[in-house]
Parts: sequence; structure tokens; C-alpha cells
Amino acid sequence: MNIVVCVKQVPDTAADRKLRASDSTLDRASVDGLINELDEYAIEEGLRIAEAQREAGAEAEVTVLSMGPDKAAESIRKALSMGADKAVHLLDDGLAGSDALSTSYALAQVLGQTGFDLVICGSESTDARMGVLPAMLAERLGVPQVSLASKVDIDGQMIRIRRVSDEGYHEVEASLPAVVSVVEKINEPRYPSFKGIMAAKKKPVQTLTLADAGIDPAAVGLAGAGTEVVDFTRRPPRQAGVIVKDEGDGGVKAADFLAAQKFI
Amino acid sequence: MAEVLVLAEHADGEVKKVTGELITLARRFGEPAVVWTGPDAERGQARCAEFGAAKIYVDADPGFDRHVVAPTAALLAQLVRAGSPALVLIAGTAEGKEIAARLAVKVDSGLITDAVDLTADAEGNPVAEQSIFGGSTVVHSRVKRGTPIVAVRPHSVTPEPAPGAAELSPVSLAGEADGATITGRVVAERGERPDLTEASIVVSGGRGTGSPEGFGIIEQLADALGAAVGASRAVTDAGWYPHQFQVGQTGKTVSPQLYMAIGISGAIQHRAGMQTSKTIVAVNKDPEAPIFELADFGVVGDLFKVVPQLLDEIARRKQL
Repeated sequence: MNIVVCVKQVPDTAADRKLRASDSTLDRASVDGLINELDEYAIEEGLRIAEAQREAGAEAEVTVLSMGPDKAAESIRKALSMGADKAVHLLDDGLAGSDALSTSYALAQVLGQTGFDLVICGSESTDARMGVLPAMLAERLGVPQVSLASKVDIDGQMIRIRRVSDEGYHEVEASLPAVVSVVEKINEPRYPSFKGIMAAKKKPVQTLTLADAGIDPAAVGLAGAGTEVVDFTRRPPRQAGVIVKDEGDGGVKAADFLAAQKFI
Repeated sequence: MAEVLVLAEHADGEVKKVTGELITLARRFGEPAVVWTGPDAERGQARCAEFGAAKIYVDADPGFDRHVVAPTAALLAQLVRAGSPALVLIAGTAEGKEIAARLAVKVDSGLITDAVDLTADAEGNPVAEQSIFGGSTVVHSRVKRGTPIVAVRPHSVTPEPAPGAAELSPVSLAGEADGATITGRVVAERGERPDLTEASIVVSGGRGTGSPEGFGIIEQLADALGAAVGASRAVTDAGWYPHQFQVGQTGKTVSPQLYMAIGISGAIQHRAGMQTSKTIVAVNKDPEAPIFELADFGVVGDLFKVVPQLLDEIARRKQL
């Protein structure tokens, strides 16, 4: 089974993230990058599915696919140290500023080359938080979208998931190949072992340019984006509220506040 | 006047509140035309008319409920190609954003998600406001290619009544629905409480509740206020409360009129999911907890002393 896990490097959410004044894109250079947290769950799920396939006597391989600048190589290396077999790094200056539409186009082009039985993504990234890429990939690849999964079962050529919903979950099934997105409840991602870290250094990472992947340069990057930023402002810190210490009347004071705001 | 398509969110003929919000927004840019997938449009008609919908495109095929988002996106694409609307508005829920995503690919149009407001620029085209990076930055953006598709966060605008005919106009999706099939629906217990993402008041509990039993006080406070219950990641990770109630970066994003954070320190993980709430009240025993930086009103104290007293006060004032 050919499993491809999409991984995005994002700025550390604990850092002070900013848009650049020059082109209104996220300043990725000035802050530490790490694997988008939900993508770690995607990697873990890919590894578990591959392990189960191998135990059942089938062949399975996990490929990490990442689009991003040079720095993204750190995140690719981490995914390999968790246990993925190889990686593809789509790396080209022409990709800078791509929106979700063009990112999904670029990734779909690469997936056309690698082939796949299963594409696994985190359900959203912590930087843009759009949560649209898995659905866009399924649409572009023309395969079923089995997204927002809190549980995945593979049974021959069928995939069954629990799709989280507002009220609970839906049971969803589809035939492979398919695009899966996972939520964080699905598993507990493993930490890379020392052995895994050493082994990752020898694992193959293929670097592709736009031309290598057959990507139209006009359809990606800032110019190829379907949206543009008009302006942005840093929000002034929220006006400090009233903070009281409970002197035995904290509940009454809270009730006074709620009553004054017409909530009770 | 050009049409603005609004995808209705509904269950059992009940129109969700967000749909009224979207129709209200749609009126700024053209004539609102609701798109209704599945049966029961007749039951939702009056509600759509109340907010000024001129028309409701109805595909009553019950099959929409049996597939994951793909047919809904296909129907919208069909309507966009046929009618060249000025704008398409979709609720910014996890599923709404997936529908918007597929639609954007199908009609090759720019997509904006998580908008909290929409205004018109000098040419009358929509400009969306978003709150990003955990609320630290406000961005205005617009679509520069194709038909603007915008997923709007629930609770971002107040639904305002306006007269509308809400005339039913049958349509049908060309081609077979395909893709992933929904074979079952499991509803988690939540009693009579409102939906977390729809509720105008959310009461959330964190690590400070200490245990599943301790978390019970959060449910009591929520019920006293007619609120939905939320939980921090610490609580859902520990298994004290079901995962679907998690508010935060990897859980639900909520933006209610009132958000009460009880025993929640307010790590970035949590703040990202509730930062745009209109009014925030916090109770925490640690005066240094970052949640107090966001709070309009905060009590530094033991939640097991403050909340019972608050419950008594709410009960007492209800009787007055």
C-alpha cells in the first residue's frame, strides 16, 4: 500500500506571528518552524496503517510530502525519524505566497507522480487554520474524501472512518484510493527514537522543482492566488477587564457583572 | 440585482441561526437566494423569508445526507455556473469550509474562510475581515479570481429581519452523487443543551475542575445560563469530558456573546478557539493565568467556592 502523508511546517504557535509589510504574507523566516501539530497525528496514523499491512503480509510504504522553503527540511526529517520511509520535498521560490487553491493544485500534481492508495493529512494547519486542503485535494484528485477522522479502519480496498460532527460522529465508508484527514483524538503520535533519528539521516528525500512536478508557474505563488490581502493591522491588546480577588463574595460579584451585561 | 447564494444549514426542517446571519450579510451585496439541499424546505421557508431571502433553490433529493459534502459542492457549482452570482456565502463550520473548498476548486474561484464581517469596497465587491494568529492581527482581504466564496464564522453578525418572498425554485443536481458514503450517525449525549458552535453563551471548564465529578459544576452553571458546555484540551485529553466539546486550536472555534472560562489557564491552544467571543468572564485561582488578559471580568479564587455562590445568585435573581 502506497501511503502519502502531507506535512506542513508552520511557525511555532507560541511565537509572535506576524504578516510581512512587503507582501502581506506570513513571516516564516523570523520564527522557529515545526511540524504542524495535526500532521504528527497524520504521520502516526500512516505508520500504524503501514505496520498493520505489513503484519498481514502486504507491502506498505509511507512517503512524506511537504511543500515549503528550505527550512521545511527539518520537519521532513522529523517525520522520517518517526518512521516514514522516504520523502518528497516540493521546493521552489515560485511557490512562495501560494494560497490553499494553488497549494492543493501543486500537491495534486506531485501526487500524480508518486501515485497513492491513501493520502493522509492533518485536518488543518495552525497558521492559516482554513481546514480546506484535504477537501481540495480530494476534489482535484477525483477520489473520495474521508475527512475529520477520529478513527480509521482499512479493510481490503475499503476504508471506514468515524467523521466527527457537531453532535457526535458519522460513520463513513469509501473505496481506496482516498484522501483522509485526521483530528487529534485519533491516536497518540510517537516520539522519534534515537535509532529512528539516526536512521532518518540515511532515508531518501527527493527534491522537486515546479518544472520537475509539471506545475504551471502562473498557477502558484502570490500571483496565482485567488485572494489578496487589502490591509492588515495588529490588534491593540484587549482593554484590561475588571479582575477581582474572591473575598468570599466572588460569586456575587460575577453575578452582578452578568446582570449588568443582561446575561441574567 | 445580482444574486448572492447562501447555503442553508438545517436539520429536520429547522433552519440554523447562522443561516439568518448569512442572509443578513448577503443583502449587502445583492438579492439573497438560499440553496437548500434535501427535504423539508417548505418547513424552513418562513424562516428564510423573515431575513429577506428572495428565493430558495431546492434540491429535495434525500441523497445529500448520505454523502460527505461532495454533492452539495457540486450543486453549488452548478448554480454558480448557471447564474453567475455576485457572491457565495457558506457557514464557516468544519463541514461548511470543506464544501467551500470543493466549490472553489470546481469553479476556480478565490476562497476566504473564517470571515467575521463583510463590507463592500468602492466597486461594491465584498471585502472580508478575519481575525488571525489567535486574534492578534485583523486582516481585510478580497477575492481576485472568479466568484467570491466566503465561509463566515457563526455569530459574527446579528440576523436582522427584512421582507423576502423566499419563493421555492426546484433545481436538481445533474449527474450521480459519488465519493464517500455516510452509513451511520451517532449522536453523543448532550441533553437539552444548545450546540456548542451555535450557542450564544458557552461555559467551559478546564484542568481546575480536577476530575470528571468536579466537571459537573460546569454543566450546572451552563444549565443555569441556558448555555452550551465546552472544555479545555486538558479536560478532554484526561477523558473527563467527551472530545467533541473541546474548544481550542485543535477543537471547536466558538464566538458566543458570553464565554465563561472556569478553571482554564488560557494557553494559546485554548485562546485560539474562543478569542473572538464578545464578552469573556474567567474564574481561576492563579492571578497570573493568561486568561485574565482576555477577560472582561475575572475572579481570582477557588472555582468550587465562586461557582456555587454564582449558581445561588442566579437562582435567587431568577425568582425576583
